[in-house]
Amino acid sequence: MRDNIVKPMVMSYFVEKGNFTCAGEASSKIKNKLMKLGFPSSLIRRVAIATYEAEMNLVIHSWGGVIKAEIKPDVVCISITDTGPGIPNIDKAMQEGYSTAPESIREMGFGAGMGLPNMRNCADTFNIESQKGKGTTIKMIIR
Amino acid sequence: MDSYFHSVTLDEELCRGCTNCIKHCPTEAIRVRDGKAKIIDERCIDCGECIRICPYHAKLAITDPLEKIKGYEYPIALPAPSLYSQFGTKFTVNHIIAGLLELGFYKVWEVALGAELVTRAVNDFLSNKDFPRPVISSACPAVVKLIQVKFPELINNIVPIKSPMETAAKIAKEEMSKAGYPSEKVGVFFISPCAAKVTGVKNPVGMKNSAVDGVIGISEIYGLLLSKIKDIKKAPDLQKSSGAGVGWAISGGESRFISGLRYLAVDGVENVTKVLEEVVMGKLKEVDFIEALSCVGGCVGGPLTVENPFMAKARIDWLARNKVDKQQELAKHPDWQELMFTEKIKPIEVLKLDDNIAIAMQKMENLEVIEKFLPGLDCGSCGAPTCRALAEDIVRGQADEVDCIFKLREKVTEMAEGMLEISQKMPPSIRKKDK
Ligand SMILES: Nc1ncnc2c1ncn2[C@@H]1O[C@H](COP(=O)(O)OP(=O)(O)OP(=O)(O)O)[C@@H](O)[C@H]1O
Ligand code: SF4
Ligand SMILES: [Mg+2]
Repeated sequence: MRDNIVKPMVMSYFVEKGNFTCAGEASSKIKNKLMKLGFPSSLIRRVAIATYEAEMNLVIHSWGGVIKAEIKPDVVCISITDTGPGIPNIDKAMQEGYSTAPESIREMGFGAGMGLPNMRNCADTFNIESQKGKGTTIKMIIR
Repeated sequence: MDSYFHSVTLDEELCRGCTNCIKHCPTEAIRVRDGKAKIIDERCIDCGECIRICPYHAKLAITDPLEKIKGYEYPIALPAPSLYSQFGTKFTVNHIIAGLLELGFYKVWEVALGAELVTRAVNDFLSNKDFPRPVISSACPAVVKLIQVKFPELINNIVPIKSPMETAAKIAKEEMSKAGYPSEKVGVFFISPCAAKVTGVKNPVGMKNSAVDGVIGISEIYGLLLSKIKDIKKAPDLQKSSGAGVGWAISGGESRFISGLRYLAVDGVENVTKVLEEVVMGKLKEVDFIEALSCVGGCVGGPLTVENPFMAKARIDWLARNKVDKQQELAKHPDWQELMFTEKIKPIEVLKLDDNIAIAMQKMENLEVIEKFLPGLDCGSCGAPTCRALAEDIVRGQADEVDCIFKLREKVTEMAEGMLEISQKMPPSIRKKDK
């Protein structure tokens, strides 16, 4: 079977703002599916880390959003879209160690300012767009 | 796949084909077929959950009988630290060692002492090597197998150092050979709380061959050993291990002496699975070292133990506190390089739907369609642990939709309705005209 005639498999999850109880479930489901599909473990690990960081950012920083994974035999495309509040300065947000997380979040072990840099390191292609007031979209391609 | 040895098996006579075990298996390795449980060998990690859960005691671990030691002129016992927790506190470790000698062993080499050597080795290794964090202890063979089957992404995080059992076996044999005993006459036998260790000896991970010649379950010798121990009036000072090694029998015992690292100790296979899942997602960033034991409480909760695990844990706590210094023993033994794994740990790829990703994707799509039409009750009557597992078995060609009793009923109803319809049809010759 030729890879390019295979219909991509799409998984899509809504992630709620502030819901720490379910945080991580979407990433976990995506990871488990990739495993059943027989993807190499190095790819699975990168997808798992990247989607988990994105999912946590949705929970912590956004007003809620959607994680979508499009799976093809040779590549996984992940897009994360939220409805706001947007990131005022993307260059700053992408810096290692930059975080606006309040003390209460830091006490939970988040807010090291490593999420976005980690995503960029895990992805082969990383793209982030954001508009203050409109929301943020991240697209990652991992192969 | 070739038939693959592992320790946990089924006693067909005792099995009633209930669904207790299929529901508790962490790798979904059991199905009920033809009224009996069947273990999918390649998936089994020998955690022993099914042994603990089976109400009819139909699950057992293959171990070696005590008679096997008669095959060697100089049999050596390697008691697991957890053995020390199986008897009342009026019997000391010295009593237990003396009792083992009474059973016919020529010598006793304590795995607890092996554990102390491993602790030193792990500490040295971690301070000398840049290793992907968090590192995961390799001490529990069921956890190593769980990683091979379910978390292959984490294989590189496993500390590549031999277990206390292998360490003890190796050094016991070296000492005997140095003392002039012919190697073919020396046999070393692990006295085990653990089914996974049996598998680990027959199919070693991280090394070509195991140095252990046999594994005898604690439950196998318990009665006999107790009767010997009771008769010992005053036991000589035989214990060489310290509290640091004895502590390995319980969760947290290994981590206690890992220096300078932030550790996390987790026990019980379900909890271990959750923690490993979080490691894969990069969630546990604060942790450097993970001690993961498949049994609740640690090896004191092993499937081949006899004593209540919580009582056993309390006893180990006392023992580990009482005797924390005989460090001079350690000085006699080799440095850590010799305890390193010699072989790479390989993933066990049994969960994927197909070798070809494109085909696997099609199967996944079929699977999800099938799953939608199943009732979603996860009742287990079909012999699979969940509706989704049945759907998966169907796309693998190992089960049929009508294995689901609800689906079967639907089909029967459909057929019955069809029959009724047909039964009401009359041949035209006798059909009466509607008035
Ligand atoms: N979806 C988002 N919406 C709005 N702001 C965001 C979003 N994602 C990230 N940010 C901003 O970018 C900063 C950096 O994000 P990053 O994920 O790198 O670090 P963090 O979430 O603060 O800490 P860590 O990810 O290490 O727990 C955040 O502190 C936040 O101000
Ligand atoms: S916790 Fe101990 S007894 Fe249980 S499987 Fe692991 S090594 Fe064996
Ligand atoms: Mg973040």
